Amino acid sequence: MRVGVVTFPGTLDDRDAARAVRAGGAEAVELWHGDADLKNVDAVILPGGFSYGDYLRCGAISRFAPVMTLIIEQANKGMPLLGICNGFQVLCESHLLPGALTRNSDLHFLCRDQKISIENVETPWTSNFSQGQEILIPLKNGEGSFQCDDATLAALEGEGRIIARYVGDNPNGSRNLIAGITNAHGNVVGLMPHPEHAIDPLTGPSADGLGFFTSILNAMVK
Amino acid sequence: MAKIVVDVMLKAEILDPQGNAVAAALPRLGFTFAQSVRQGKRFEIEVAGEPTPAQLADVEKAAEVLLSNPVIENYVVRVEK
Repeated sequence: MRVGVVTFPGTLDDRDAARAVRAGGAEAVELWHGDADLKNVDAVILPGGFSYGDYLRCGAISRFAPVMTLIIEQANKGMPLLGICNGFQVLCESHLLPGALTRNSDLHFLCRDQKISIENVETPWTSNFSQGQEILIPLKNGEGSFQCDDATLAALEGEGRIIARYVGDNPNGSRNLIAGITNAHGNVVGLMPHPEHAIDPLTGPSADGLGFFTSILNAMVK
Repeated sequence: MAKIVVDVMLKAEILDPQGNAVAAALPRLGFTFAQSVRQGKRFEIEVAGEPTPAQLADVEKAAEVLLSNPVIENYVVRVEK
């Protein structure tokens, strides 16, 4: 079971994402933005950071990186793909997920431990959680406010495609407290908070985030 | 040499926290004229000679796929003399 972790120029969380993949029991494979080669991975993670310096819009330039062409192609064929934070922004810019991530409503860069509830346990990235389970993982971003039009929001709600919501106050102005969504097929997941920073109580607020990485292993073994 | 300008603005229904922050700062400096402020991006693209219709069509395409995100933004392309 090989899970690719992409490094763009400006990516920050690739090391933690790779460590989380290993902690979940899979092999982490480094993927480079400039290589048109997915190295036979079974799934891919786009980690957080500031790819291409967030120039133009977050994720706007990363979307056109050579590795992304292959990732988009494979994701459209069903390959599991998880975008965390900046990775979520890249997925929206790639149109693999609907909507867009805009500047936090209060303009502040937020960095805090955030409680979220898991609302869809059918995806390959969330199958090890229980429906409605509340977990505590870090949230750190300046542009995490999920926005989309009313029709898209109704579709996401109606089809159960909101995979996680913020619990308590809305941290960034996201519509309907959205912290993460999935595509119609359920293989592509975008998540604003960071499960890869919460796989070990020694270095994170909990080990709750590990569930995303054990889920993918289970999904692939099945 | 001519200049093609692309103005990109957030759609009216999208919250603009930066524009709101500017609107809140103006009265603190004694400027009381603003009912609201929206902040956008302006791209200035230089081309050799007068822009051809084909170039302008390409700029429109680039504005659609790269310079703007049509989910949250609108754009206007014009030639500046």
